[in-house]
Amino acid sequence: MQADLIQEARRQAEICNACRYCEGYCSVFPSLHANRAFTDGDITQLANLCHNCRGCYYACQYTAPHEFDLNLPAALAEVRRDSWESFAWPQPVARKFNTHGGAIVLALVAGFALLFAAIKAIGSAGGEGFYAALSHNAMVAIFAPAFLLPLVSITVGVRRYWREVGGQGLTFSDVSGAFGRAAKMQDLAAGHGEGCNFEDEERFSQGRRQVHQAIMYGFLLCFASTSVATIMHYVFEIPAPYPLFSLPKLFGISGGLLLTAGCLGMVTLKLKSDRALGDTKAWGGDIAFIALLGFVSFSGLALYALGSTAAMPALLAIHLGAVLAFFLLTPFTKMAHGFYRLAALIRDAQRKRLSQ
Amino acid sequence: MTQYDIAVIGGGNAALCAAMTAAEAGAKVLILETAPKAYRGGNSRHTRNFRCMHKAPLGPLVEAYSEDEYFDDLMKVTKGKTDEKLARLAIRSSEECLPWMEDHGVRFQPSLSGTLSLARTNAFFMGGGKSLVNAYYRKAAKLGVDVLYEAAVTHFELEGDNIAWVDYTHAGQSHRITPKSVVVASGGFQADTDWLTRAWGPAARNFLIRGTPYNRGVVLADLLKQGVNQVGDADQCHAVAIDGRAPKFDGGIVTRLDCVPFSIVVNKDAERFYDEGEDVWPKRYAIWGRLVAAQPDQVGHVVIDSKSINLFMPSVFPPLKADTLEELAEMMDIDGSKLTSTVEEFNASCGDTSAFHPTELDGVATSGLTPAKSNWARPITEPPFYGYSLRTGVTFTYLGLKVDENAQCSTSDGAIKNLWAAGETMAGSILGQGYLAGYGMTIGTVFGRIAGREAAAYAS
Repeated sequence: MQADLIQEARRQAEICNACRYCEGYCSVFPSLHANRAFTDGDITQLANLCHNCRGCYYACQYTAPHEFDLNLPAALAEVRRDSWESFAWPQPVARKFNTHGGAIVLALVAGFALLFAAIKAIGSAGGEGFYAALSHNAMVAIFAPAFLLPLVSITVGVRRYWREVGGQGLTFSDVSGAFGRAAKMQDLAAGHGEGCNFEDEERFSQGRRQVHQAIMYGFLLCFASTSVATIMHYVFEIPAPYPLFSLPKLFGISGGLLLTAGCLGMVTLKLKSDRALGDTKAWGGDIAFIALLGFVSFSGLALYALGSTAAMPALLAIHLGAVLAFFLLTPFTKMAHGFYRLAALIRDAQRKRLSQ
Repeated sequence: MTQYDIAVIGGGNAALCAAMTAAEAGAKVLILETAPKAYRGGNSRHTRNFRCMHKAPLGPLVEAYSEDEYFDDLMKVTKGKTDEKLARLAIRSSEECLPWMEDHGVRFQPSLSGTLSLARTNAFFMGGGKSLVNAYYRKAAKLGVDVLYEAAVTHFELEGDNIAWVDYTHAGQSHRITPKSVVVASGGFQADTDWLTRAWGPAARNFLIRGTPYNRGVVLADLLKQGVNQVGDADQCHAVAIDGRAPKFDGGIVTRLDCVPFSIVVNKDAERFYDEGEDVWPKRYAIWGRLVAAQPDQVGHVVIDSKSINLFMPSVFPPLKADTLEELAEMMDIDGSKLTSTVEEFNASCGDTSAFHPTELDGVATSGLTPAKSNWARPITEPPFYGYSLRTGVTFTYLGLKVDENAQCSTSDGAIKNLWAAGETMAGSILGQGYLAGYGMTIGTVFGRIAGREAAAYAS
């Protein structure tokens, strides 16, 4: 962890703790106000609880030009990104993508190349649909490790996080409470439920919450589509391709549309927002990541639409190449935030339970 | 150039309430705010709640808070120096203000941690006063109110019973406008150190100003010079004891210190000068501003030991910390042996401390000590020792414009037909001395709305 980032966030948190006006906005402040002094772990936990809704910034009487120069959303955003990078495993790639949008693009191109090469070299083993371009076994050989390795990596990172913030044994209520908050994205709604301050200074709006919901639920539907298809393939021995009125297609199409629209919306909102209230160094990495995610869903839809045309093998390579890059980069891009956020919310539910 | 019906001078809560009310009545309104946008809102940006009467639970407020109880609370702090008719008008109107504020974008939150004693009487703004100000500017813009920032009013021309024109500067240019009605809501004069020094004497140079540096009383002085009726004493103000390291201006809420009841407070000669445990701190912090102002160099030094360091809200600046009283005295730049003997004398006068209770009047008192400490008197013995310096922090001055129940200003010849005042600039019409937490925002909201209503009625 970078001591200067933590120290700056601590300086600001100590001012907040003497003020407390923002207590009703989100989970950060009740948690902050429960401390008198802040360990590095406390600051890391606060940083990961913060959803960068910016309500506190626009309400703050101590922002620049005031000499206290508070900008808590930015200070916590920097600590947050640094925490993911510090906990990430393996370390040599930990700091290569969040702050380097170009590296994400390069990874995407490498994904394309790999899939084109695979299709060319391995090709079909006589399967139907997409398997006519690349055999099922080849897909599994590429994507099983590409899915499992990032999961292992994220698990290592989140365990490191949990130790750093002093997490303890879990109860069901800790977890269910946190999932409930995440499902509603309550911390992007402010205490009054009217949303955050993002695209138009201090006007409260549900815009960011809604596009984020579209991304999250779109992604989960796409994930559900793949999971259901895997089960149908292996358990029920019903291999792809699937008709329109099947669970994989219904989940996949609705999820793909939601995810594409959500990513477009998020980039639009980000372009309108004040960059100085976030992690300015991660601006390019964040945009590149959202674009990658949006491209995964868009190319998936395109593949579905044009799956029976001559463009299919090329589209398949492009889509799967993007999926591959996305999976492998999960622990080292903004995608990691979902896991850390959830851990922070669980830890916060636990803190509240233990303090009662 | 737009012909405005109404000019509102100032950009805080009272000004915005007046502007929105007038605009809703159909008037074309211009706000002249002397601060830049980042500092708009005067002292309102530092506030956190308003005190509100209610017959039954209302919004964030629990139980009930009657007009009489509210008025009694006010009389206790002002020691009877209160205009009862105007005070009761503000109190009675406060109840309808809360839903009005919500309609105009203000959102409330439960009483903040550490302020549970206010959950029944004071409605807290979510995000504090700056978020209230932000919501009002948004609403005002929707209502067609124009706002000029960095627009400093220099002169009102009073012709008989009429304000003929208003002069202001903006972007390096002088301008003159001739609105039909004018509302003054530009606060007190506390940021004008020279004026404060004329009123208080040289001690005022050491005062810190808790709020905006833009309340310099320019409009107030201009009107008083032309014979507009004034009210209040120049040396009366809302002043509290705050952390001596606070910035000269705009330190706001975070500079308060809640540790005095668990401490002894000495002056620069290392002598105690007042009962630190006279009452619970929310009822005493406002008198300590004047107590410290009366000490040499206008400074006090708080001394506590490690037993008490976690008993109060955290301070924005860390306390001085030392293993011995001698070292602490050196850090405070006071005489170490004198401080040690003051502490020893205090310690010797402490008795049984088993009844100590940090949040209630516990009667744990000194005996045979002058001045006594009547509650929370525990010997200061356990290192490390901690210290804070105290200085006088002025919130706002009470000398201001005298208004009637329509918020209208007057001269000795009678009412000025197109001039109204609201907020801190006329709060002296109600508060002769002392202060009740959250009452300033009540006065601003109630009289801002009245001024807006009257100004619009006259303009139409």
